[in-house]
Amino acid sequence: MQGHSHYVPKTGIGKWFDARLPLPRLVYDSFIAYPVPKNLNYFWTFGGILSVMLVAQIITGVVLAMHYTAHVDLAFNSIEKIMRDVNYGWMIRYLHANGASMFFVAVYVHMLRGLYYGSYKAPREILWILGVIIYLLMMATAFMGYVLPWGQMSLWGAVVITNLFSAIPVVGPTIVEFLWGGYSVDNPTLNRFFSLHYLLPFMIAGVVALHVWALHVTGQNNPTGVEVKDIKKDTVPFTPYATIKDAFGIICFFILFAWFAFFQPNYLGHAVNYVPGDPLVTPAHIVPEWYFLPFYAILRAITFDINLIVFVIPSKLGGVLAMFAAIAVLAFLPWLDTSKVKSTAYRPLHKQFFWAFVVVCVMLGWLGSKPAEYPYTVLSLIFTGLYFAYFLLVLPLLGLFETPKALPASIADAVLEQERKKGGAPVTAGANAAPQTKG
Amino acid sequence: MASVQHAEGDRRDFLFLATGAAAAVGGAAVVWPFISQLAPDAATVAAGAPVELDLSSIAAGAQIKILWRGKPYFVRNRTEAEIKAAQDVDISTLRDPETDAHRVKEGHAKWLITAANCTHLGCVPLGNQGDYGGWFCPCHGSHFDTSGRIRKGPAPKNLPVPQYTFVSETRIRITGAAAA
Ligand code: HEM
Ligand code: FES
Repeated sequence: MQGHSHYVPKTGIGKWFDARLPLPRLVYDSFIAYPVPKNLNYFWTFGGILSVMLVAQIITGVVLAMHYTAHVDLAFNSIEKIMRDVNYGWMIRYLHANGASMFFVAVYVHMLRGLYYGSYKAPREILWILGVIIYLLMMATAFMGYVLPWGQMSLWGAVVITNLFSAIPVVGPTIVEFLWGGYSVDNPTLNRFFSLHYLLPFMIAGVVALHVWALHVTGQNNPTGVEVKDIKKDTVPFTPYATIKDAFGIICFFILFAWFAFFQPNYLGHAVNYVPGDPLVTPAHIVPEWYFLPFYAILRAITFDINLIVFVIPSKLGGVLAMFAAIAVLAFLPWLDTSKVKSTAYRPLHKQFFWAFVVVCVMLGWLGSKPAEYPYTVLSLIFTGLYFAYFLLVLPLLGLFETPKALPASIADAVLEQERKKGGAPVTAGANAAPQTKG
Repeated sequence: MASVQHAEGDRRDFLFLATGAAAAVGGAAVVWPFISQLAPDAATVAAGAPVELDLSSIAAGAQIKILWRGKPYFVRNRTEAEIKAAQDVDISTLRDPETDAHRVKEGHAKWLITAANCTHLGCVPLGNQGDYGGWFCPCHGSHFDTSGRIRKGPAPKNLPVPQYTFVSETRIRITGAAAA
């Protein structure tokens, strides 16, 4: 897709600059002339939404850091000072806290889009794996950010998550001491988490750059999953078509974001995090933020030792392994899915399994928010099994047994076919057709 | 000519190997301090010195929590019934088999001293709750008996007993975390 650059600097200064640092050329080739499939729907605006959200988190975060104090005795009060004394501090903090949630809303839509349209398949494996890495870094960032206000949930969330590493045989307890910088989650822990919470978003920005680079090498997938064959017929230039569509998507998303930040700023949080952290009292019910709940359910689902005959995996290690495996399995998706057809629009059976998988994830999320008692423990185990079955059984086998629907010959054909069905005026494929506008 | 080239090749080989070796050793030497700084620092280690605790104010059936090295510990004055319940268990049925006698000091069976962080993921269990009357961990549902032993739920181990000694009838000295 990258092709040959058609950038021609218009002014003398432009020529001079281009010969020394072809930055304007890069921008022109990547965001102006760059060809995008003309049939993209609104699910393709979430990449742009995510990029804007990353910038929003960095801006609000850097401002918060100007007023925040990373010390166990002062952190909680410095947040209260931000909320009450700093001009617009309440707004900036609510934007940052709810921004994290919106970031995850967007990333889950973005990932499910990839799952539905088979965007992880050749030649986009590296692109997909970079996405999984971004997701991991996001989780680490959000986890450490949540520790910073040093409320009860901050402290006890940190205790539970850092203790995961103690499940590692032999070296686990030492690793945990090195994570804490002490014998418990304490001031050194808070300090290093703040340092890393500041750093990781910039690392995310770096991986996003690689992600976009990989995207611009392979080109975007599209709702048919049929690759671009003829740039003229199948694509439109990024500007103005994708630019405007992305901008519209971003504005709509920001309306939702603003609604949370201004009208329900604490809806997604936990009231107990407004109680200062106390190492002597565990909150009655420790739950992570909503975006971690499915993985939390998987962690808690393994309540028994797993006997592998050669050796026994104790239940605690089993839960930790299952949780990390649930994320790691995503990276292997390109090789687990054996179907030649990318888009689920042409895979009638996979369409049903896909939506079943979405339901499984939602159920795991709900179970993660429940106390660890019967019947939730049993249900967690069942849904954990179903989660893995989707990746390890359904996707590998479905490709062998499913009969896909006939694929359109090209993107242009698919667009024309859709127009015909809607009874619209016939358009000729070559006629520089307007991009499909209905999401 | 050939011999000159050979000599030069030797010199380059030497520089290549010497540079590589210096980079590898130097790299490792620089990485170590950056890992080591993560460990508990001298002040934290010093603050973790042994502490003494007076037990005389803890009534029978009551328990207190103390904080040492930033971590809570349970000190429980067990009732006769609780001690009996703990002793009557057939330890072959336990996940982490330990007799009650092994978890207390001889002649001080009523005093049970354990770390107060659940061996699952570190929450502080609630006293006098759960199916076995010892502790119940609200985080992921582990039940401990009146000897602090794991009976049900995801925790793999009993609540660990720290290293301590009785300095008098009513005074203990905690000297170290439980041997893992
Ligand atoms: C990937 C982007 C980021 C995510 C997902 C994220 C997430 C979070 C979350 C979930 C919180 C806890 C909010 C609360 O409950 O109060 C938080 C707090 C905080 N973050 Fe970030 N953050 C990001 C980027 C940044 C950056 C770049 C900085 C710059 C220093 C920053 C600085 C802070 C500070 C100072 C706090 C404590 C104030 C507070 O709790 O509101 N964050 N972050
Ligand atoms: S921390 Fe106690 S059961 Fe998980």
